[in-house]
Amino acid sequence: MMRNGPLSLVFHAVFVAFTAAPLVAVMLVSFTDKGYMAMPFSGASLRWYVALIDAPHFLDAFITSLWLGAISASLSLLLSLPAALAISRYRFVGRDAISAALLSPLLIPHVVLGVAFLRFFTDFGINGTPAGLVAAHALIITPYCLRLCLSAANSIDERIEQAAVSLGAKRRQVFTRITLRLILPGIVSGWVLAFIHSFDEVTMSAFLASPSLMPLPVALYHRIEDSIDPSVAAMSSLLIVMAVMAMVVIDRVYGLSRVFTGSR
Amino acid sequence: MHSQRTMLIWMTLPALLFYLALLAVPLLSIFLLSFETEAGPGLDSYRQVFSDPYFLTIFLRTLGLSLLVTAIALVLGTGEALVLSRMSPSWQGIFLVVILGPLLISVIVRTLGWAILFGGNGPLSVAAQWLHLSDGPISLMYSMTGLIAALVHVSVPFVVISVWVSLQGINPDVERAGASLGANGFTIFRRLVLPRILPGILSASLVVFSLAATAFATPAIIGGRRLKVVATAIYDEFLSMLNWPLGAALAVVLLLVNVGLFSLFNRVLNRSRRRATTSLSRPEGQPT
Repeated sequence: MMRNGPLSLVFHAVFVAFTAAPLVAVMLVSFTDKGYMAMPFSGASLRWYVALIDAPHFLDAFITSLWLGAISASLSLLLSLPAALAISRYRFVGRDAISAALLSPLLIPHVVLGVAFLRFFTDFGINGTPAGLVAAHALIITPYCLRLCLSAANSIDERIEQAAVSLGAKRRQVFTRITLRLILPGIVSGWVLAFIHSFDEVTMSAFLASPSLMPLPVALYHRIEDSIDPSVAAMSSLLIVMAVMAMVVIDRVYGLSRVFTGSR
Repeated sequence: MHSQRTMLIWMTLPALLFYLALLAVPLLSIFLLSFETEAGPGLDSYRQVFSDPYFLTIFLRTLGLSLLVTAIALVLGTGEALVLSRMSPSWQGIFLVVILGPLLISVIVRTLGWAILFGGNGPLSVAAQWLHLSDGPISLMYSMTGLIAALVHVSVPFVVISVWVSLQGINPDVERAGASLGANGFTIFRRLVLPRILPGILSASLVVFSLAATAFATPAIIGGRRLKVVATAIYDEFLSMLNWPLGAALAVVLLLVNVGLFSLFNRVLNRSRRRATTSLSRPEGQPT
């Protein structure tokens, strides 16, 4: 194996520091006792975490993001799982076209989707409603969910199913007791990844949110735009901690690099 | 056979209908909106987009910004992927999580971090004064440098993944064979490694360019009103100027450029992928 020289290791250290710097900065600032964005070294407190509870603006948005992510990820799974099974298990006319079409939202800038939905929902009088936001989120996260369902379905060894059939299992039994169990990790990861993409989405949602229905990233965005106060950092730190926990769970269930590279 | 076809239709139809209603129709409606003028359908919005120097500046800024971000992210990300590939598997696992993990954190949080670092009383400014690099507080907010750094941070993990995946397809024996035949490190990289990871680099460059060219939250916060890009201009036309047809025309241009780039690149990519897999070692990982 080729080894890294000292120069490569210095580069590596700088790279990792660059990656971590903004996240570390957010977490440090959240512990300041000042009324502005300052490092906590000359005075630390938890006042900005307390402030999150006192002014429940961010907590409301957090809860909005949670149910929005959960419902849209479930909807997206309901749509993409059958499609993924069809695409991976059968050869049929238009198969490639269907799979390309279902992945196509990845090619469309979220700002474009934002204005398209704004116009579309306004025409139908459902802008700023939960239904509109859920539908829009389900659309943009379906490609991620589909990709993981596809790779899980592709990795099934069909001989296991054939063995079940030869032992007298009915089609339904084969599906629920063999196929579904084998792809379950892929399904769970697909749902989680879809949830995360919905939970983190800001650009498109910025066009569709209303004051009474505002996902967390949009609430953070508006607050950062008009006045940076450390409660934003406190909320963001909680998000960083949650993301780290999600990462650990995904890594255990499915393997993080498999999720990111979308393969095997 | 008939029942299988019915089943396939039932499996794919819900998703396709959902896409038709929520992707095709809204995109069509934004396309139509871009031709709306007070005196019936017309090209007024497009005329303004292409002739107003204000928009020309915004387009050129977005293009320059995206090119720079792409170039920097490619160099840094490829370098890091190479360094990673030479580490032991356990270190690889740890650092992949550290480097790819930020992808799971909302871009708004990462941008907030840069806003803190770049602010007039932020750590970068304090450090610069302490080192006597600057007399007073300096701020990278609303500067091109700051915007580039933040966008590189958002996009560089995609380069690392992409190159790392294509490095997995290289048989280490090839490098060893090159070394045993007397090639130096640079020659090995240029002749043996680079051709194999080129598809990965190319596809990453497409993703990063598209990401930078269409980014909204980071330019809105770090660039502000002073450094408007196409995405923030669209937002302003829709939500503050309330000139929807003009915003729609900008959106259509952005969409067409993006989709056009993807299809053009795909052709180049397929060709280079074919070339990369023609000889040597294990088969390449399938494109995702």
